[in-house]
Amino acid sequence: MTASSGLTTPRIAWRVATVRAVRQETTRTRTLFLDVLGWPGHLAGQHVDVRLTAADGYQTQRSYSIASPPEEKLIALTVEELEDGEVSSYLCSELRQGDELELRGPIGGYFVWRVPDGGPLLLVAGGSGIVPLMAMLRHRAAALAERTARQAVPARLLYSSRSFDDVIYRDELERMASNDDSLRIVHTITRDAPSDWTGARRRIDRAMLEEIGWPPSDEPRIFVCGPTPMVEAAASALVETGHAADRIRTERFGPTGS
Amino acid sequence: MDSATIPLDGNSAAGLFSEVFSVDLTVARATCAHCDAEGELGTLKMWAVEMGAVLRCPACGDVVLRLTSTPNAVWLDATGARSIAIPRA
Repeated sequence: MTASSGLTTPRIAWRVATVRAVRQETTRTRTLFLDVLGWPGHLAGQHVDVRLTAADGYQTQRSYSIASPPEEKLIALTVEELEDGEVSSYLCSELRQGDELELRGPIGGYFVWRVPDGGPLLLVAGGSGIVPLMAMLRHRAAALAERTARQAVPARLLYSSRSFDDVIYRDELERMASNDDSLRIVHTITRDAPSDWTGARRRIDRAMLEEIGWPPSDEPRIFVCGPTPMVEAAASALVETGHAADRIRTERFGPTGS
Repeated sequence: MDSATIPLDGNSAAGLFSEVFSVDLTVARATCAHCDAEGELGTLKMWAVEMGAVLRCPACGDVVLRLTSTPNAVWLDATGARSIAIPRA
């Protein structure tokens, strides 16, 4: 970093990111693969702030979790299009390959997981709250593939979606779990489950967490990400069942968050 | 923005903190001046507004930190924190 002139010099600079590819994930979400000039690298679970500037100079910014693991060169952001979301609707419908946008990051050292942190790992996702948890699962899988982790950190993912078609990264998650005995993935569909759906059909609750999660005596590292009410409910249920509050890390997103 | 009514986590404030601090304050430990609860700033409940953020203690609900970004300065009101321990990198 060059010499700073004073306290208000930004410590994390805004950088220009170029969209290299776009992938539709579900009807309401898509992933932007970004090439970020001078990207310093990130940890699984971190986020970036994206800033848009209109022609008249009006600026607005939002935070988005990084979906890609530290091992990948392009930064992947999976964005859910929100009704009346002025940033998300632009990112989801107008942005094209080759376009540029401004972002700063990586940001946040609290909601992160590295392979050496160990486990077992309990990941609890609601909707697009899967994004930072996917970075953790991809990081875990990359370490296994590169044999940098001598043995897999046992991991379980409990993932709540409104409908089966709203499950983000569905195929990749299935592939991940089928190749890995130490990873268990459980879906719950809260609104429109297919008629042949044999899995859970309700919101994440204490019984589900007790059935799928690890017992408190295993001292799992727990990451919960999703809409605020879901995160509050899951975090309280986990504390009630005996998990230490400091083993539970949460990331809530409000209507404007992710 | 509507997250003035729905709380986020203090880790959402990391970008705002990064405008003025070279260390990641979301992993610093604050002690609430009101109830003495202690925890990382990332665990505080955050109400975001266009100009900044209000971070409240998850135990007692009192304001621990207020952060306001203006064109000329970033204001930090930490009267609600008895102390903030910033880990050395």
